[in-house]
Amino acid sequence: MSVVTTTPDVITEGRAARTATPWWKFPKRYRNPIGIAGAIIVLATVVIALAAPIIAPYDPSSQGAIRLLPPSREHLMGTDELGRDTFSRIVYGSRVSLQVGIISVVIALLIGGVLGLLSGYFGGLVDTWTMRLVDIMFAFPGIVLAIVISGLLGPSRRNAMIAIGIIYAPAFARVVRGAVLSVKSEAYMEAAKVVGASNMRLVRQHVVPNILAPLIVLTTVYLSSAILSEAALSFLGLGTQPPEPTWGGMLNIARTYMEISPWMAIFPGLAIAILVLGFNFLGDGLRDILDPRLRER
Amino acid sequence: MSKYILQRLALLVPTLLGMSLLIFAMLRLLPGDVVDIIAGTDGTVSSAAKEKLRDSMGLSDPIPVQYARWIGNLLTGDAGKSLRSGEPIGEILMRALPITIELAILGLFISTIVAIPLGVISAVKRDTAFDFAARIGGLVGLSLPNFWVATLMLLFTSKAFGWTPSIRFIPFTQDPIGNLQQMILPSIALAVPLMAITMRMTRTTMLEVLGQDYVRTANAKGLAPRPVLYRHALKNALIPVITVIGFQLGGLMGSAAVVEVVFGLNGVGNTLLQGIFNRDYPLVQAATLYLAVAFVLINLIVDVLYAWLDPRIKLA
Repeated sequence: MSVVTTTPDVITEGRAARTATPWWKFPKRYRNPIGIAGAIIVLATVVIALAAPIIAPYDPSSQGAIRLLPPSREHLMGTDELGRDTFSRIVYGSRVSLQVGIISVVIALLIGGVLGLLSGYFGGLVDTWTMRLVDIMFAFPGIVLAIVISGLLGPSRRNAMIAIGIIYAPAFARVVRGAVLSVKSEAYMEAAKVVGASNMRLVRQHVVPNILAPLIVLTTVYLSSAILSEAALSFLGLGTQPPEPTWGGMLNIARTYMEISPWMAIFPGLAIAILVLGFNFLGDGLRDILDPRLRER
Repeated sequence: MSKYILQRLALLVPTLLGMSLLIFAMLRLLPGDVVDIIAGTDGTVSSAAKEKLRDSMGLSDPIPVQYARWIGNLLTGDAGKSLRSGEPIGEILMRALPITIELAILGLFISTIVAIPLGVISAVKRDTAFDFAARIGGLVGLSLPNFWVATLMLLFTSKAFGWTPSIRFIPFTQDPIGNLQQMILPSIALAVPLMAITMRMTRTTMLEVLGQDYVRTANAKGLAPRPVLYRHALKNALIPVITVIGFQLGGLMGSAAVVEVVFGLNGVGNTLLQGIFNRDYPLVQAATLYLAVAFVLINLIVDVLYAWLDPRIKLA
């Protein structure tokens, strides 16, 4: 962007100028086309998931149609091997992807966040042992650990969430610990301690708000990974079980019928890719906005 | 340098022990009794017979004794026998490991030769249409599920060329061309996400290095742009890229598992998965440990390489 602008930044950021700015013009640092595209994709998917019964033209489990139909006006994405409408199944599948993605990241955030907070805040032996465990968990390829955990717990949606939550927890622990350590050395922490603030208050009032930015970025990025992992587990038969529609599970079945009806293998994968792309775009945009050090890169 | 390597090797011991402990604990703590799985729960096998089976498998010993025996046997090269086929697990995995390693190395090679040039061009032509396209392409590449890419490739080759991959694995030593023909598609499917990561990393570090004083000096003293780019900038920009690539190689062994399933290759990942579906616990235990050990060793090599390339890191 050019150095000479008609309105200097100082004024746009001032109160007077803000009221004069039309509402559709975001402050400049929020004008991030990639991030906005991501937000739109994610929001659209959430709406589709919530409004699935309205959007889907057919019941996702009704086997009313002719089997393996190509895409047509009646069946936008064709029908599957049991005569179910693929489009309706993809609409309903968004629910599983979002649910498993969000809950597993929340699990990771809770486990990892608490561990990282304790370890960074208290240091000492707690820190040493927590970080040792984290190092060991990092020593496993994530998807392998997820396959083993969900496979041994028994393939189901709940166990897939647990497995994915566990494999991403160490990443959260590490980032939270690092952020806590850097907050701990700030002058305002020293000041609050001198005034006699309790540990609880220090954490709630000073530590947590100041580590939110990296956490938000991390959460968005891991949402995309979690959705990919869920799809992979369902694809391998280790996630949500049929007949419930999942994008990964639909792809798995599609491999058998690929020769006769290739569209079965195309649409579910496309759905996964678009949603994951949405979260990746959103994460990229949020990073630009929330992490000033990375701006201009 | 040798001190650094020794230091890292010494650190390897607790990591490996911790990993084996974690795998072992995971398999014991999770629900499901191996004896019930072998004998069935339908009551056809008497409980006395079950106890005998349990004793013969050493499962009635205290847990620490079982762990010590597992590790002790592993150290002498005995990984136990598959519950399903009775075949020694060491042999099963030795057959599977070369497939997974070849897949990972080919995937790494393909992604690197594509990604580094793209990243460099993207950085040099910063904020042009090419740069923008490469950045979007990078994010798209990160978002494609590799099992979908693999499925589409199979679909495309069979529709367009009527070609389907051979069901039996062709070792490189027997028929190099046949082997590469078989491995090229899975490797590309594996390479796509890694390509995106490497490209993004190369672009970022290239931009960083291009802003450094020594690059400006080199430009100012009138060096031709190309030597500046390759000898001064790229050489230094590649150091962090190598670390990232190295870390990804370990993850690649994991994602290879999924791609192996699509292409029906009997690598470690596919073996692990079959073990899980057959409830073949000794096999799962050993296959997980193999993958984890490979992962740790790769990371060690990468770290050593990193210290060798960048003298500033020495003895961190």
